[in-house]
Amino acid sequence: MSPVLADVLQVTALVGALALVHRPLGDYMAAVYSSKKHLRIERWIYRGVGADPDAQMRWPAYLRGVLIFSAVGVLFLYLLQRVQDKLPLSLGFKAITPDQAFNTAASFVSNTNWQSYSGEVAMGHVTQTAGLAVQNFLSAAVGMAVAVALVRGFALSRTGDLGNFWSDLVRGTVRILVPLSVVAAVVLVACGAIQNFGDIHHITTLTGDKQALSPGAVASQEAIKNLGTNGGGFFNANSAHPFENPNGLSNLLEIFLLLVIPFSMPRTFGKMVGSLKQGYAIVAAMGAVWICAVVAVTWLEYAHPGTASQLAGGAMEGKEQRFGEGSSSLFAVSTTMTSTGSVNSFHDSFGGLSGGVLLLGMMLGEITPGGVGSGLYGMLIMAIIAVFLAGLMVGRTPEYLGKKIGTREIKLAACYILITPALVLIGTAAAIALPDGKAAMTNVGAHGFSEVLYAFTSASNNNGSAFAGFGANTPFFNTTLGLCMLLGRFLPMVFVLALAGSLAEQKPIPETAGTLRTEKPLFTGLLVGTLLIVTGLTFFPALALGPLAEGLTS
Amino acid sequence: MNNSVTSTLRVAWASLRILLVLTVVCGVIYPLVVTGIAQGLFHGKANGSEVKVDGTVVGSELIGQSWNIKGTKTPDPTWFQGRPSNSGYDPLATGSSQLGANDPTLVKNVRAARKQVAEFNGVPESEVPKDAVTGSASAIDPGISPAYAEIQVKRVAERNRLTAAQVERLVQDNTTGRTVGFLGEPSVNVLKLNIAVKELATK
Repeated sequence: MSPVLADVLQVTALVGALALVHRPLGDYMAAVYSSKKHLRIERWIYRGVGADPDAQMRWPAYLRGVLIFSAVGVLFLYLLQRVQDKLPLSLGFKAITPDQAFNTAASFVSNTNWQSYSGEVAMGHVTQTAGLAVQNFLSAAVGMAVAVALVRGFALSRTGDLGNFWSDLVRGTVRILVPLSVVAAVVLVACGAIQNFGDIHHITTLTGDKQALSPGAVASQEAIKNLGTNGGGFFNANSAHPFENPNGLSNLLEIFLLLVIPFSMPRTFGKMVGSLKQGYAIVAAMGAVWICAVVAVTWLEYAHPGTASQLAGGAMEGKEQRFGEGSSSLFAVSTTMTSTGSVNSFHDSFGGLSGGVLLLGMMLGEITPGGVGSGLYGMLIMAIIAVFLAGLMVGRTPEYLGKKIGTREIKLAACYILITPALVLIGTAAAIALPDGKAAMTNVGAHGFSEVLYAFTSASNNNGSAFAGFGANTPFFNTTLGLCMLLGRFLPMVFVLALAGSLAEQKPIPETAGTLRTEKPLFTGLLVGTLLIVTGLTFFPALALGPLAEGLTS
Repeated sequence: MNNSVTSTLRVAWASLRILLVLTVVCGVIYPLVVTGIAQGLFHGKANGSEVKVDGTVVGSELIGQSWNIKGTKTPDPTWFQGRPSNSGYDPLATGSSQLGANDPTLVKNVRAARKQVAEFNGVPESEVPKDAVTGSASAIDPGISPAYAEIQVKRVAERNRLTAAQVERLVQDNTTGRTVGFLGEPSVNVLKLNIAVKELATK
């Protein structure tokens, strides 16, 4: 079978699996967040911590829960790393330095999972499983909670109530993420991923050399790392490491895990606002951009991979033999477009133009399909902008899902879409202007610039993948990128929840003949167009200096 | 003011307790349950798919190794060679070169590798496959392409006093096709292949 045919079959199988699963999973998630009943284990948790899961919260209260819970998470994870040398099962690893511990704590709590450390020689068993992996679950559950709160803003009327943050957090974790992770982890072990709490195993090879084999609870972390669109690898090589991703089947499973919740959430949205078609219009926009990028990157990696790759006969630098160009490209697009950032091949060595597409995937704001939760709320914000533009064209007050998009709503949406571009462009400019930026580049010329741009894009959009030649473990980058991750995660949430509150207070306006039909393909087209124009206007100059310059000169 | 400070502290206290409870659920119970199932059902895989020769562990079938002459950087012609590695196949330093696909250093490395692989195996440079001259992502890639194995057969057979046909068969035995027919790429496991060669040569 030719590699191209195999790639086509693989994408078809993936899309088929997602299409099959999105319905039951989307409906299930809607039921989880709408149900009035608490499971027994949940009641134990609420009683143990003294939280009332039935108290309705208005948006400031909901937001306060999100922010304070996350701040406590950062602090806890920071301290855990700082005392690592005193913890049991730490494999002899030292305490993490303050700037790196801050960076890592910010990274995992903000669902970014940028890693300036190297897992196999830095993090012991306890830090990995009780620290990093826990935030893989919780940061994902927080993202989903905020998305659900926004959906409730559309679904509810004449109230300011958005639900209860504690109950949304606990339900997302206990009913959705944990059960799916158990299943996925067991399948990964069956493929060959390791799962133990042993010591580093020193062995002697047939040539008489020594080799050290790493231990770890890898499969359990791998499952949630991808399912929660986190992306922080157990090892430095991330999902390229054979212990994390042993074969073609585990690879497809991991890609599926990246995509399954983000592509199912529009169904949850449709279900909760009472019109499945509205959900389909959203998922169609997400899917269209994703599939175009998959085709583009795969084609570019085969056909226009760059000077060194052409000399070698193919773009295999930084890729694993068992995956090849096709499965690596599919993974790369899926991870950059879901704000995950796990990698099964190193994006730094992708061709100039395909690297540019991966960058663009993040610059779109991580909404095609985006991270768990964040993808949906980001796309809904973009839908509000699209509705607003359409309203301007015909001179009508825009409305979306029966809610008026007035001055307050559009201001909040506009603030949302300004935050990450500001962080990315100001951050990149500052790093390039200061000596720190140039010192951190592995590569020269336009590609070196791309490394810096990629780092700030990845951190601010909470992706976490890197052009990993970039030497980011310096106090300057640990701090600035750490701040970008926190601001890029939590400032948008402020605007999303404020918007949700404002929508929930409105009374619904009846649909008339003049209402824009947001469930139709025309709207999906308008949405994709809006997305591309907004992103293009913002980032084209930066892209031209980096990947475009590199791709067009090679 | 006082009110908002107390209520913030109240939420922080609730947050800390809920974080600790969920740490027990997601950070203790979950990994232990998965470990229990994994160790029960897939003991060998969960512990790293280690391979033994004469009762001693000589590696993991998932982790590539260096096949250089001991203590040198010279590849040993007795063995099948793996792909270039950024860390000399050290599993405690995984990751790739990170060089861009147009980087002048990478161009130089590829050119040098092509020459070296061609001379080492006595084949023209045009027959050197892409995986032989490019560094893997993990630096511990356990596999090579069937094409790269193919150009090494003659050399390995001569060095081990075997026939090319015998070695050819061993290559086929240790080649994994695409998983379920269309996932990933075919790959030859270098460690398992070399063990098989050694066993046959010392028979």
